[in-house]
Amino acid sequence: MSTIEQETETEEPTDEAAETAVESPGERRRADKQERTRERDQQRVDEGISESEEAITLKVFRYDPEVAGKEEPRFDDFTVPFHKGMTVLDALIYSRDHYDSSLTFRHSCRQAVCGSDALFINGKQRLACKTQIADLDSGTIRIEPLPHQEVVKDLVVDMEHFYDQMEAVEPYFDADELPEDELEEQRQDRENREKVKMSTRCIWCGACMSSCNIAAGDNEYLGPAAINKAYRFAMDEREGEQRKQERLKIIEQEHGVWRCQTQFSCTEVCPKDIPLTEHIQELKREAVKNNLKFW
Amino acid sequence: MYEHDVIVVGAGGAGLRAAIAAHEEGADVALVTKLHPVRSHTGAAEGGINAALREGDDWELHAYDTMKGSDYLGDAPAIDTFAQDAPEEVIQIEHWGMPFSREDDGRVSQRPFGGMSFPRTTYAGAETGHHLLHTMYEQVVKRGIEVYDEWYVTNLAVTDHDDPEDRQCHGAVAYEIATGNVEGFWARNGVILATGGLGQAFDHTTNAVANTGDGCAMAYRAGVPMEDMEMIQFHPTTLPSTGVLISEGVRGEGGILYNDEEERFMFEHGYANNDGELASRDVVSRAELDEVNAGRGIEDEYVDLDMRHLGEERILDRLENILHLAEDFEGVDGLDEPMPVKPGQHYAMGGVETDENGETCIDGLYAAGETACVSLHGANRLGGNALPELLVFGARAGHHAAGKDMKTAEIQTGPSAKSEDGDVAPPVEPGAIEAGGEGDVAADGAMVEPKETLEHTVQQEQDRIETLLEDDGINHAEVRSNVQESMTENVNVFREESALEDALRDLRHARERYEDVAVADPSRTYNTDLIHTIETRNILDVAEAITLGALAREEFRGAHWRKEFQERRDEEWIKHTMLAWNDGTPELYYKPVELESQWKEYEPKERSY
Repeated sequence: MSTIEQETETEEPTDEAAETAVESPGERRRADKQERTRERDQQRVDEGISESEEAITLKVFRYDPEVAGKEEPRFDDFTVPFHKGMTVLDALIYSRDHYDSSLTFRHSCRQAVCGSDALFINGKQRLACKTQIADLDSGTIRIEPLPHQEVVKDLVVDMEHFYDQMEAVEPYFDADELPEDELEEQRQDRENREKVKMSTRCIWCGACMSSCNIAAGDNEYLGPAAINKAYRFAMDEREGEQRKQERLKIIEQEHGVWRCQTQFSCTEVCPKDIPLTEHIQELKREAVKNNLKFW
Repeated sequence: MYEHDVIVVGAGGAGLRAAIAAHEEGADVALVTKLHPVRSHTGAAEGGINAALREGDDWELHAYDTMKGSDYLGDAPAIDTFAQDAPEEVIQIEHWGMPFSREDDGRVSQRPFGGMSFPRTTYAGAETGHHLLHTMYEQVVKRGIEVYDEWYVTNLAVTDHDDPEDRQCHGAVAYEIATGNVEGFWARNGVILATGGLGQAFDHTTNAVANTGDGCAMAYRAGVPMEDMEMIQFHPTTLPSTGVLISEGVRGEGGILYNDEEERFMFEHGYANNDGELASRDVVSRAELDEVNAGRGIEDEYVDLDMRHLGEERILDRLENILHLAEDFEGVDGLDEPMPVKPGQHYAMGGVETDENGETCIDGLYAAGETACVSLHGANRLGGNALPELLVFGARAGHHAAGKDMKTAEIQTGPSAKSEDGDVAPPVEPGAIEAGGEGDVAADGAMVEPKETLEHTVQQEQDRIETLLEDDGINHAEVRSNVQESMTENVNVFREESALEDALRDLRHARERYEDVAVADPSRTYNTDLIHTIETRNILDVAEAITLGALAREEFRGAHWRKEFQERRDEEWIKHTMLAWNDGTPELYYKPVELESQWKEYEPKERSY
């Protein structure tokens, strides 16, 4: 695996693959096949450009640990016909389906709720599906995987560490007690629901974690998303006081809320507008209040 | 090889609920999903979850509304079971912490929804599905249930007895996306398919890119009949440029539809004199297209959905997500101007034939949620009935697969439930290009031992993947987009015989082209080219099943409108269209609709709103 710091820029796909020494017949076949595909792709790129009046250029990070010519990270250019309303995700899909079917990125819902396509677009963490090309105001768009995460291939990063941090805060509702009648709901007043509302919007995209300097330097730091998840439960009055105490202990640990230096980078990049830094600050205050109480 | 009691394929709402249920029964259960669970498309559901919770409402009313909404193609045992289980399931997720919208007294809010005789739709803003998905995934984490995320299940390990009803499912084969590793998943008790929708068979859909009908296609090829596949719901309020859904909640809260002449056409042109905008979805979708076809569409394409009169406070409280969607995906400020909307493919009422316990006719194979057809929704699903469906039937399938003692199902499944042979004359041969020659369940009776069945299927999938990777050929993307375009053009809200035949010709051509498909990306690492290529095969099978059903059903019922047959024809057509893969040569037949359950009997009535 490679991290993004190792990137090098090269030109459009060349015939490197053919020149690379291959060992087994299978590998040779694959290399030949890849070469033919590239030629075909280049042809289609040329056709695409000539048809299009208005076009934009994507500069896309490429890396594949096992494919000749891609083991060293590089950037590929794709020229895509632009239409009004086109998002960065649309342009990536166009590039993949018309030029290079090996271009790899996660995406699913296309409407900013599945959280699959957080990418580093023109130097900022954004959801590709929610980013209008027109809003970027540049003819060339640079698209990279989320920084500070291991790159698996092209724009796909390994999310395991992010998921581990999320799970470290015991991210599940766990009330001290429930109504006895299985058909009776717990009561929650509107104010309390309102209080946790923003925190429940998290779509686990990982943009915040990727933007956070502290998380970059301290791999054990829970990070903004996980702390926000803890906030979501700690502030939910349905859980009860005992559970809240346990939750505060988790976020107060060495690599918890106190690591945050309120740089607001997470809040700035959150595609769901969750006030992450405020939530972290509020948990710090809760923790202090709590510790005073037990003195 | 991995081994568990219960393997759940797909980790959206139905899959998560099934896994929790199986775990509750003490089973060793694992979720195998091509996405990570929180990426599942249940998260995009907006409107709500129906359940009869309050005084003045009861399950029988909910059941009645659902049966009427189904246009009498739903099965009473499924509908009655559903309406009775829904309240408990909804309170269950509240107990799991679901952040429902609340009333002043702290109780869960409910709002009116189309086709409902009582305001029984519980919700969490206009992002109910997101909260439901996350709430249930949290409970999966709490229980330590094993999740194989980004593992794509490509086939089921099913024995090849001649009669599908003699077959057994012993597991599944999955491809680990990150590494290219192909593994068998041995299921001691059963496999539950919960792979969601098939909207990618169309090109204007609210469905995610991942909704490619995988579960339906795999079960179909393994011998489980597909039921009522022609019944596709087109949601009346999707954004014209992307297909992004604008919740029925907007109309539930009082949103109004206008045509180009600023007429409130649902009333002014008599489409639904009582319920107006809150008529059933099929009714509103047809009305919108009728307006467009009559020259009263805006830019000849769409109508306007106006919610400005609800006021900023109410919109922000209950529909805030809609403002973001309209802004981000259509560039419209819903507080300031009406939102453009048009019908888009939204939901498959049909699917894998199951009974009330989620069982298919193949022993050990279950399905739940949108993948399945119980049949709860019949010819039209009511808004707010999909989320309780995945809770109720996800839980039932999970319990049953884990061995819980449950009441014997009333609904009959499998070819033995056939009441009548089918009568459909497609213009081209449907089914496999080379019947029996592509590694479906071969039905030659050779492979009946459990372990052997799984090992054989693993080998078969390895070969299939190697071939796709090694061969040269065309890219699948063009085949897929041809299918999507043809389906949206020919098998849409309004259907006529010649267009359906055109679609079948296009599909045949696409199948032939698919024979030459290969994967250009040679990599074993995160090869989405390969995944999408396999998905496209599934899209082909479900698209054809939808179209064959649509051609066969010569009447107008629910979502299925036929130009040549403008009436519901109860005497002949209160029956399910069933399609058996039959080793690559699909066979159409019918089975009766159950209008009677142990609790109630329903009399078909005219459906007006």
